[in-house]
Amino acid sequence: MGAFDFSVIFDNLPFLLKGMQTTLLLTAVAMFGGIVLGTLLALARMSSFTFLSVVATSYINFFRSLPLILVIFWFYFLVPLALGRPVGGLYSVLVAFTLFEAAYYAEIIRAGISSVRSGQAAAARALGMSYGQSMRFIVLPQAFRAMVPILLTQGIVLFQDTSLVYVVGLKDFLVSAELIANREQRLIEMFSFVALVYLAICFSASQGVKFLERRMKR
Amino acid sequence: MISFDNVNKFYGDFQVLRDCSTHVKAKEVVVVCGPSGSGKSTLIKCANGLEPFQSGTITFNDISVGDKNTNLNQLRSRIGMVFQNFELFPHLSVLQNICIAQEMVLKRSKQESTERAFALLERVGLSNQAEKFPAQLSGGQQQRVAIARGLAMDPVVMLFDEPTSALDPEMINEVLDVMVKLAQEGMTMMVVTHEMGFAKRVADRVIFMDQGQIVEDEKTDVFFSNPKSDRAKDFLSKILNH
Amino acid sequence: MNYNWDWSILIAEPYLGWIVSGLGWTIVVSLLAWVVAFSLGSILGIMRTTSSSLLRGIATFYVEIFRNIPLLVQFFLWFFIFPELLPVDAGTWVKREMPMPEFTTAIIALGLYTASRVCEQVRSGIESVGTGQVAAARALGLTEWQTMRYILVPVAYRRVIPPLTSEFLTIFKNSSLALTIGVIELTAVTRQIEEYTFQGFEAFTAATVIYSMITFFVMWLMKKIEVRSRVHGMIGSGG
Repeated sequence: MGAFDFSVIFDNLPFLLKGMQTTLLLTAVAMFGGIVLGTLLALARMSSFTFLSVVATSYINFFRSLPLILVIFWFYFLVPLALGRPVGGLYSVLVAFTLFEAAYYAEIIRAGISSVRSGQAAAARALGMSYGQSMRFIVLPQAFRAMVPILLTQGIVLFQDTSLVYVVGLKDFLVSAELIANREQRLIEMFSFVALVYLAICFSASQGVKFLERRMKR
Repeated sequence: MISFDNVNKFYGDFQVLRDCSTHVKAKEVVVVCGPSGSGKSTLIKCANGLEPFQSGTITFNDISVGDKNTNLNQLRSRIGMVFQNFELFPHLSVLQNICIAQEMVLKRSKQESTERAFALLERVGLSNQAEKFPAQLSGGQQQRVAIARGLAMDPVVMLFDEPTSALDPEMINEVLDVMVKLAQEGMTMMVVTHEMGFAKRVADRVIFMDQGQIVEDEKTDVFFSNPKSDRAKDFLSKILNH
Repeated sequence: MNYNWDWSILIAEPYLGWIVSGLGWTIVVSLLAWVVAFSLGSILGIMRTTSSSLLRGIATFYVEIFRNIPLLVQFFLWFFIFPELLPVDAGTWVKREMPMPEFTTAIIALGLYTASRVCEQVRSGIESVGTGQVAAARALGLTEWQTMRYILVPVAYRRVIPPLTSEFLTIFKNSSLALTIGVIELTAVTRQIEEYTFQGFEAFTAATVIYSMITFFVMWLMKKIEVRSRVHGMIGSGG
């Protein structure tokens, strides 16, 4: 086995960077979409309209019992079929990730809303605020403050989960590195590099979240 | 039996104990009282090494508690402690609570520890609760079990950290009665409490602490009739007019 | 939408046989990985709560490494890189003669990754028992080890049954990643069926239904365990 040759990393930096861009794009879109949809799901789940509550609960439980790879396959297969024409893998995957993450965000948000003491909502209603107003101005702001660290942590998990687009060949950071690894026969260098990059990013991000948590406690 | 010499303790920058010096002789019952935050709980927690302290010495029968070489586990088996929140082990039955340390630390046989446990339950008036679990007992009952658990180790001194503060009023007396009996039987006791009636009945000495310092340290009757400091007078007037 | 429905493929051979075999692999990989994860994770979780900073440091280091690298990357590291880093003889054995290399690698990768998560659950369970309990145990003269074994661990484990159940289910879901190194587990099978028959809807539905059933079953099982382990009067999350 020849000596390690890490120059392969530097030679292909632009390609790898592009892959990282895709990874970050996926993360950002799925996180944003997931939180928005997740909030709606959480509110639906907690609502007193049985129909809404049942639909939301079923959605959440359904997506949480499936492997992400299967969900990716579903949408990779279904989206072109539904649209009647082939689409790039990117759109299918974006939809898959957003809908999947929404189920997880929904649970985090529901826990966050529940943790705001019911007395707060009661006080708001007693002052004459509507349900919508009490949610928007009193409950949700408090809930989100508490939830930010957990939402961010879920974002870090999502960042790692995007690597699963490997199964449909979408060129994210991991897949880009793997392509180079196979082409240049430099598996060890490339995969170690990938591992180190993820380690560095995720570790720093989680330390950042811890720091934020401490600051918010003050 | 236990002596404190110039004990100082800090939590970070905050000084919890300032130059505390006192002692508890064999068969003495000493009550420690004072306002919240005066350091009284911390003082007795230092006595068995549950809390470390930065300077001064605490000696238990010639063994230095703060010394690194002291076998604290051995030491603690000779000093009994009862906590404000009872701290019974919730997953163990009453009987198991009383037996576990006897078997683990004193290496007594199951039979011996069970016999002793029943004898102690008899003493605290709870013989028929042996198989129950802590959550099934009232606060007063739990605390009495906790006392039995401490006594099972045959300690030479018992430390009490506000034993009745977490109890509903109607249960305080059942616990105090057990403690009074214990004192009358000659147990050396150091008790942190607000129960001045108890102090008047069985305490030999009263220590009053305020802001980490021992302000008063004298015989019970002297403390109640003629405390030296204004702080103690103030405290007594507030607490006795309840 | 232009689609020919054909549910009969699911009960036709060879597809039915594939599904059964895929499910079998999923279950075996998950169970064996769980054994690894639970045992190692428990040890690590206890290590993280002892007073020895060395033990704590080792466990923390482990957790941070295994938690911050995506599971898929870990699979690749074990499968492609690890054999290359071994001494020549061991490396050759792993690459050529070790039976079922994909299967074994999947179990190791999945097990070690999940161990880091189990560690955190166990740690938070132990920490939740409370300093008062520790004080009471130490005041009786129990050593740190005795306190851990008889007072902290029994209570902590009862408390973390729900999150541990969740981890157990997660292992089932994560077992699907084994398909990337060649284990033909359930998800891989249904993808294969989709590629062969173009009946993706039916194939993926089969997988979906089976995974949902696994979830139901595991949750039911855990509820039974939780009820039986309940100490009279001691609620799991309260105490």
